[in-house]
Amino acid sequence: MEIRILGPGCPRCHEVEKRTMNALIELNVAADVQNVTDIKKIMEYKILSTPGLVINGKVKCSGRIPSREEIKRWIQEEK
Amino acid sequence: MKEIKIFFIMVLIFLAAAFIPFSRPAVQNALGEAFFMMQEYARQHVLLCLIPAFFIAGAISVFIRKESVIKWLGPQANKIRAYGIASVSGSILAVCSCTVLPLFSGIYTRGAGIGPATAFLYSGPAINVMAIILTAKVLGAKIGLARAVGAVAFSVIIGLLMQVLFGRGEEKNRDQNEFISAEDHKDARPLWKTSLYMATMIGILVVINWSKADPSLRVWYFIYRIKWYLGGAWFAVLAWMLVRWFKKDELKEWTFSTWIFAKQIFPLLLGGVMVAGFLLGRPGHEGIIPSSWVAGLVGGNSLWANLFASVAGAFMYFATLTEVPILQGLMGSGMGQGPALALLLAGPALSLPSMLVIRRMMGTKKALVYILLVVVMAAITGLIFGAIF
Repeated sequence: MEIRILGPGCPRCHEVEKRTMNALIELNVAADVQNVTDIKKIMEYKILSTPGLVINGKVKCSGRIPSREEIKRWIQEEK
Repeated sequence: MKEIKIFFIMVLIFLAAAFIPFSRPAVQNALGEAFFMMQEYARQHVLLCLIPAFFIAGAISVFIRKESVIKWLGPQANKIRAYGIASVSGSILAVCSCTVLPLFSGIYTRGAGIGPATAFLYSGPAINVMAIILTAKVLGAKIGLARAVGAVAFSVIIGLLMQVLFGRGEEKNRDQNEFISAEDHKDARPLWKTSLYMATMIGILVVINWSKADPSLRVWYFIYRIKWYLGGAWFAVLAWMLVRWFKKDELKEWTFSTWIFAKQIFPLLLGGVMVAGFLLGRPGHEGIIPSSWVAGLVGGNSLWANLFASVAGAFMYFATLTEVPILQGLMGSGMGQGPALALLLAGPALSLPSMLVIRRMMGTKKALVYILLVVVMAAITGLIFGAIF
């Protein structure tokens, strides 16, 4: 599973990353998690606003901090 | 790199501690001013103004669906409406300054083009909700309003000018796909509820900060007399709204978002206040920089003063909200109303680092034009404002 967190590095993006890591631990799923901070690369995902959460190439969320439950649900969907 | 940073910070602190002439009365006085200003902010602005403003910002970032606003800015959007929306939506879409650039890039490449995108680029930092609120509270309603109106007007004008100058070539290069909307809106709250909720919070904020007025201004003074009752009543309404219209999870997310803002902004604001106090002193007092210098450079309402304020503001970096205490210090040291507005309109929107990023995204020519437009219009608006008031 490939997870990308899109954002230039503000506290919201870190929060998304934190929640994602916790969700992965809780579900006992392994994934390659990386931050994408370069604006040009972020725009390639065609999201509207950061923070963005991308799992296996699909944009699951953009422009807000998703809840723990939502992140867990998306991870389950992509397993 | 982290270790090197720590090392340099230690060196700086050491040099400051060893070489700053603390024995000089001027320095002692400036240090005092730094703390006095901090106390003034803590006593007068934090509880009634900043904290509600953080809650409002938190609410905006959690409850307002960006997608629905951005619909108006996409490639299919009515161009005229796009400008109107772009100019005000900055405060709604980009409460966190870090989202301004990705949003701008999106609107530019996949939206309605360079006009609305630039309008948004300017309005995002310029119409920061918290900043306008604090500006009105600390510097006065007149300048707060002028800032808000100026910011909206600028966005539209600058956007239009950019479109006129650069719009032609863009049509072919743009990727016409709409934005990806990753959400569906089953749970969306009806718009009227969200609007009422936001209006209530803003209403409470305005009312509890109602300043004392001359008894001869009947309505104004009356509101001032009953402001706490009004605020209390409205607060009860808000509490009812929260209980009836919101789920527990949503309230948690809202509080959390508010907390992120507070964590991010409060230390920076405190730092800004102390620096402003040290350099410029509270209104009526001197900081390290003599008032005569300030009055000489940006006092009165000359073209030079406005231009200088505008250019300086454009290059200077203002962390969110710090422009307010800095301006308070400057005005207290003799800066004119006109140049003050010029700085407010050019400062938050631009800074040397942001200029470089904008250049990277738009290209040097467009970036230069944009910066020039901002600086010139800020100076002119300052001139006009200073002349009228």
